[in-house]
Amino acid sequence: MARNTFTTKGITKVYGEGRSAVHALRGVDLDIPEGEIVVLLGPSGSGKSTLLNIIGGLDRATKGDAYFQDRNLSEMTDKQLTRYRRDHVGFVFQFYNLMPSLTARENVELVTEIARDPMEPDEALAMVGLRERVDHFPAQLSGGEQQRVAIARAVAKNPTVLFCDEPTGALDSTTGRAVLNVLKDVNEKLGATVLIVTHAASQAAMADRVIHFADGGIREVVVNHTKLTPEEIDW
Amino acid sequence: MAIGMVIAVGVGMLVMMTGLVTSLNETRAAYYERYRLAEVFAPVTRAPDRMETRLAAIDGVSAVEPRVVGAALIDVADFDLPVQAQAVSLPDFRKPRLNDVFLTDGRMIDSDHTDEILLLEAFAQAHDIRPGDRIDATMNGARRSFQVVGLAQAPEFLYTTAPGELIPDDARFGVIWMSRSALAAAYDMDGAFNEALLSLSRGANEAAVMAAVDRILDPYGGTGAYPLADQASNQLVSEEISGLEAAAVGVPPIFLAVAAFLLYIVINRMVQSEREEIGLMKAFGYTNGEVGAHYFKLVLAIAFGGALAGCLMGIAGGRALIQVYVAYFKFPFLVFQLDPASFVTGVSVSILSASAGGLLVLRSVFALTPAAAMRAPAPADYSRTGAIGHTLNRFLDQPSRMVLRRITRQPARMAGAMIGIACGMALSVSMITIYAGFDRTIDLTFNVIDRSDVTVTFTHARSDATIFNLRRMKGVTFVEPVRHVPAVLRNGLATHRGVVSGLPPDARLSRALDSDLADIPLKNVGIVLSTALATKLSIRPGDTLTVEVREGRQPVLQIPVTAVAESLLGSPSYMDLDTLNRALREPNRVSGAYLSIDEAHATDIYAALQDMPTVAGVSLKSQAEVAFETLMNTGAGAIRYVMGAIAFVITFGIVYNAARIAYAERSRDLASLRVIGFTKGEAAFVLLGELAIVTLVALPIGSVLGYYLSFGIAAGFSSELYQIPAIFDPASYGFAAMVVLGAGVASGWLVKRDIDRADLVSALKTRE
Repeated sequence: MARNTFTTKGITKVYGEGRSAVHALRGVDLDIPEGEIVVLLGPSGSGKSTLLNIIGGLDRATKGDAYFQDRNLSEMTDKQLTRYRRDHVGFVFQFYNLMPSLTARENVELVTEIARDPMEPDEALAMVGLRERVDHFPAQLSGGEQQRVAIARAVAKNPTVLFCDEPTGALDSTTGRAVLNVLKDVNEKLGATVLIVTHAASQAAMADRVIHFADGGIREVVVNHTKLTPEEIDW
Repeated sequence: MAIGMVIAVGVGMLVMMTGLVTSLNETRAAYYERYRLAEVFAPVTRAPDRMETRLAAIDGVSAVEPRVVGAALIDVADFDLPVQAQAVSLPDFRKPRLNDVFLTDGRMIDSDHTDEILLLEAFAQAHDIRPGDRIDATMNGARRSFQVVGLAQAPEFLYTTAPGELIPDDARFGVIWMSRSALAAAYDMDGAFNEALLSLSRGANEAAVMAAVDRILDPYGGTGAYPLADQASNQLVSEEISGLEAAAVGVPPIFLAVAAFLLYIVINRMVQSEREEIGLMKAFGYTNGEVGAHYFKLVLAIAFGGALAGCLMGIAGGRALIQVYVAYFKFPFLVFQLDPASFVTGVSVSILSASAGGLLVLRSVFALTPAAAMRAPAPADYSRTGAIGHTLNRFLDQPSRMVLRRITRQPARMAGAMIGIACGMALSVSMITIYAGFDRTIDLTFNVIDRSDVTVTFTHARSDATIFNLRRMKGVTFVEPVRHVPAVLRNGLATHRGVVSGLPPDARLSRALDSDLADIPLKNVGIVLSTALATKLSIRPGDTLTVEVREGRQPVLQIPVTAVAESLLGSPSYMDLDTLNRALREPNRVSGAYLSIDEAHATDIYAALQDMPTVAGVSLKSQAEVAFETLMNTGAGAIRYVMGAIAFVITFGIVYNAARIAYAERSRDLASLRVIGFTKGEAAFVLLGELAIVTLVALPIGSVLGYYLSFGIAAGFSSELYQIPAIFDPASYGFAAMVVLGAGVASGWLVKRDIDRADLVSALKTRE
């Protein structure tokens, strides 16, 4: 059996204090095996992004432990969390978060310059089908292309895990499918664990494992035995 | 809130300073009026009393008061040297029609007792003399003992300056009032007067009256009537008040401009972050005007609130500060008056400047279409800056490229920040330059131009044999004669009432120096004017100056100007001593001398000088220097410290503001960098690198701006009494650069702290 990329034990996240406190996560226990595509599904405010942020090293749990492989993220210092993000984690966001002042290639180089074992920037951009547009600035690229640059930037460091928060949220169906295909390629070719947060239920069909969130907790975990390709998904 | 405070400080200063100036002017006017200060002063050698009626008959004269004045020396316990004083007569058995005194302690003199005197309060306090004390004074060569019966103030002696000196000093010049009959006896003025005071009726022609007075007094040795505006004390008070006025006009606009700029930035940020709301309101059918009005109201609220707070601060500050100035000017009472115009100006200027900032922003509100407003803005277009990347590719990592591209893509915005910081640098440079200028004035005046230890003034022009007597004194190492001649210098309409100094050709102790501090040879013919005087008379070397001598035969001379001399104190003019004496047809005369002495014999020398009947006054350079420093540090000159502090605060404010804006614009990029694994330091580099480059480029620009600003500020601080040069010294620039860099480092540190604390998750959620 594959080992787990992530294990969480009783993760709780509370925003605010006293009467105005909001419980975003209420004691979540979860295992995410290595090399899977996992979709986190649920309505807004169900806690899926909060969990992603905690295991991605962007935020800290109020209570509970989150393990990356065998290391406890809850016990890491800020420096160690930065190191963890730099060496192991790739992020893809709904609004791409590219540096507008850098070209596509330079946006990727931003990461490869500091990563431990990066791939060639052009190779990463080739993976996402942007070989021809490496010298374009974000303002010269469409939304889908910008998102693919963001993915190239995330995968160029050869990440252990790829976090995608609503990666297709701002894209049309054709572009969205292309982006999902890239994510699937990354999973297959690099063996990276891919976590996708979405509220588009149809995308669950391409996942190895679907985790349904509701009210700050996990409602159910479904393991897909037959996965669909992005082209086969209803959009 | 911070912006409101900046507006408040600007408006507060405006209200306070104009209120202060108005109150001082009103108080001075009320004081002059209540104690009937004369409007025309007419000194004369000796005019018979019957001339009084002829003076009173002049058309436009409303009152005449003849009086006797004379030079005196007062012995005081705490000084080695007797102190110079002016003795002034008060009419027997009646109040003076003009130039009354304000009794602050004791009682008025009784004309039946010829030894009773009033003493100037400031002088008495400086020497701890009280009513009931006795003092010894020398008048007209005779030493007498007097009973001090009261202390008094008078509007004509707000500032007191010993004859032949420029710097007012309470301790070193006194005023004695005594009965007319007693003083006339002391100065051989029975049945005569040597100064006429005149007041004018409404609408009188001052110049015509003075000409008539001169005609009447001329046969009796009249040396020329002069108006109140030329009266020494009044002149100094006017200088001080106009110094404050200049500050009142100059400083507040700087604050208001900074406030308008800040307001523009903040509202602009706000509109950017609320573009969704703006789009929504527009989508609901609000017009541009309605949406704009919403933001405009905010601008107005800040401006109005700030202005209101400023008015209150100004009133409170003005009330506090006026007390200080009333004491400083020795006004016996206070007319506190606010200038209502300053409120109107303050409020309207702050609202106008804020609106100007606000309107620029509103343009961008109007430009937003509902649909565009509700979409996230497209990433900024950097495609035109790509070229830099190619050329520098090999040398720069990505973060450095981000810094460079941002600077080259938005040159206007960067130039704004750069100019802002450069202005801060310029302010700092010029203030430090001014500080150096004040030091330079003191140094040049007391160590370079005047190298004597002691200045001796004779009662009147004497034979130069007196100089030999001085040379023979034990401990006197060098004696240099001088002849000061009162004169009116005239070039066309420009006139100056002052003194022409005749110096020996090889002068060593008191010299005329050019701008390189080299001796100017005093040629046989010709006069050398100080720069301030040449400017005032708008005359250049080669031109001919009219010199109306006010002594002896009172000849009117036409003398060519041969050179312009560097002088930072007063407005001196120099001639060759022998040439001057020849022109006056009074050969071999001197009116004073500069002495170098051996400090070990100082006490003996002072004692010997005191016993010389021909000596009217002795002044020590060391005391004059202290008095000068005191003057520059307490009056209008003291404002330089306030302005310096303000300059540094503004500098820091601009730099910090530039850093904050850069951070606000880039917080999302910085968060993204942090997320993809950049450390706090690496992420901060992108921002602080930009700040560093902008600051470094701003330094030379600011230095150049500061160079020019220095001249303006130096001119503002210069007065008729002293000039402040703009001194350019690398240390000033170095120090100013340190101030700006210090502000940069502090701002960088403050912003870095915010970068470190930034919540990554929320930073990512906010769209541009």
